[in-house]
Amino acid sequence: MTKEKNALRLSALDRKATSLGLSIGQPLANARAMLPELKVMAANDGADHKLLERIADWCDRFTPFVALDPPRALLLDVTGATHLFGGEKALLDRIMGALRAQGFVVRGALAGTSMAARACARHRDGFVVTPGQEMAVAAPLPIEALFLDPVTTHAFRRAGLKTIGQVANRDRRELTARFGSAMVFTLETALGKTEKPISPRIPLPDYRTEQNFPEPIATEEVIRASLVSLAETLCDALEQRGEGARRLEAAFFRADGAVMRIAVETGSPTREPKIIERLFREKLDALADPLDPGFGFDLIRLSASRAERCESALADFNADLNAEREIRFLVDRLSARFGAHRVLAFRPNDTHIPEAAGAALPAQEARGTKSSWASMRCSAEAPRRPLRLLAKPEEVETIAAVPSSPPRRFRWRRVQHDVVLVEGPERIAMEWWRHLSPQPTRDYFRVEDSNGNRFWLYRDGLYLRETGNPRWYLHGMFA
Amino acid sequence: MVGTAEKLANLRATLASAGLETLVSNARVPLGFASADAVLKDGLARGVLHEVYAATNSETSATAFAAGLAARVAGKKKILWIRQDFSAVEFGELSATGFLELGIDPSQLLLVCTAHADDAIKAASDALTCAALGALVIEIPGAPKILDMVTSRRLTLAAAQKNVTTFLLRFAAKPEASTAETRWLVRTAASSKEDENWGQPVFETDLVRNRHGRTGHWVMEWNCDEGLFRELAFGIAAHHRAVVSASGDR
Repeated sequence: MTKEKNALRLSALDRKATSLGLSIGQPLANARAMLPELKVMAANDGADHKLLERIADWCDRFTPFVALDPPRALLLDVTGATHLFGGEKALLDRIMGALRAQGFVVRGALAGTSMAARACARHRDGFVVTPGQEMAVAAPLPIEALFLDPVTTHAFRRAGLKTIGQVANRDRRELTARFGSAMVFTLETALGKTEKPISPRIPLPDYRTEQNFPEPIATEEVIRASLVSLAETLCDALEQRGEGARRLEAAFFRADGAVMRIAVETGSPTREPKIIERLFREKLDALADPLDPGFGFDLIRLSASRAERCESALADFNADLNAEREIRFLVDRLSARFGAHRVLAFRPNDTHIPEAAGAALPAQEARGTKSSWASMRCSAEAPRRPLRLLAKPEEVETIAAVPSSPPRRFRWRRVQHDVVLVEGPERIAMEWWRHLSPQPTRDYFRVEDSNGNRFWLYRDGLYLRETGNPRWYLHGMFA
Repeated sequence: MVGTAEKLANLRATLASAGLETLVSNARVPLGFASADAVLKDGLARGVLHEVYAATNSETSATAFAAGLAARVAGKKKILWIRQDFSAVEFGELSATGFLELGIDPSQLLLVCTAHADDAIKAASDALTCAALGALVIEIPGAPKILDMVTSRRLTLAAAQKNVTTFLLRFAAKPEASTAETRWLVRTAASSKEDENWGQPVFETDLVRNRHGRTGHWVMEWNCDEGLFRELAFGIAAHHRAVVSASGDR
């Protein structure tokens, strides 16, 4: 049941309730009057949608072109896929049979266009429309089969146009003027005269291979072995086009309908079956909840969703190149296990803001940059930048002779430090062109305390010009 | 590829038998600091596990000391630095410009940050399968359970197998039994007040364990220009602590 126009109405019924004469859209009060023992539950659109998506995942095994048609329909483009399953009728029966076996009430039809199939599914369940017959099949169907908005449908009913055929006989210009071109387009698709391609939920991969198992497989060794053989096939295809995969996805279709997808990324194009298998192994080992085969997988698919040009890998004696390749493989392996955001490399950044100057970025992305690091230090000088930077500068209590001078003493993390040596200020203005509100200028000081600890302190804001009572922060520690 | 590796291994063996092994892999790397190098018998051993313990409030110095050792050992090769999320909050993030100022190329570094010590050790085991690494630094704050004798032995074995020198950098921890080749205690040392360029990385180091030699205690400076450890430019007179040779726990 759901609340609609301030009344609780029935939104879905089970078979028994339908046979007892209840109907969808009926107010709950009426239904209760007919059947006092009626059991109702609040509708949960989110869960319904999730279920639909999971069914769509399962349908992925028949064709990669699966589109959602909410609230409760799926559109599958099976062009070129039917012969794999023994013809159109056999495919339709197989899909519907499998869904029924899972306890779903399902209606389906197959036709030359998505709208024609949709119209037939509701009113001529299990029907396969032969090409060219769309018009004849659709004409006797009621106008509701077009799934137009309720106002339009109502308008047709009021005008006495009760079937698709009757509407189709009207002048198109008339219809366009009254109901808009979208409605006419829907009508034309339902009649098979024009086609609107469906947009698949998941972008199509560049390369894919899959393996069907008549007997579902569940043991780890077999799964691994099939991944290797899939990777070999995929790599052959990649090699033929001189490409390597940057992103790979393995989809495991479980016999009970659940689908699990696992993706790995590589830092450089790869077409080595061994490396691919190893990356998946790392990823599978690192999964928080391991791949649960349940009653086994009956289909495993490996696809490369991102491929790039890749020079053929020659075994060479150039030690540098080999080492580089080994390092890249290590980075890929670590990224697969811990996540790409946890394996980082430094990249120079054109800014003087200390915390942004040497940003650490995912190492898989950072390849191929020409680094240009410029030291601030002149030869024989002490380091001008701390080795460890606090992620967030921490405020310190200070005692200074005058507010504008560096502190003589400061307290950080409850420990008092007596300043022995000071150097500064190094004035760093914030990048005003990046911020809307002005950021205070920072005056940085290098200080050393009586124990020999060296710190990087700054005063936030220019005294009297930007702030009357400047605050002090500790930003980093020197070695 | 396997054939190539085998051929190289054979070549190495041939060179070694001819007494030319130093040409292909110098087993030891001098620090640059003469008296320490003498105790270490010509420098820090490659392909073994070294431990660097930070004294309280000297974590950054210990970081720089470990970075210096790793850079000496790695040469132009990559250094993998494994650390934990907690470390960044408590002791600060590693800064690219900081490394640069120490004379270590930041693009040489690869960082892995893990959620906890178990993952850090896992990442280390992974990394130690890669012979192309110049050095591995594992930064571990506190004393997690995983760091026991078994882990230490495993790391030592793995390091020897691929000849990747491994440094265990420990913060806020007391030295424990391990299979490390050397163990260093590092404390920040004050700059000389006469030095105009005060603020050079100066360490007071205690070599408390050395499996194949004597132990020692030195105050050394990291020379950012040459990438070497050196004696202090302004001498050790400015330092209050007497420099005595410490007997280790060998």
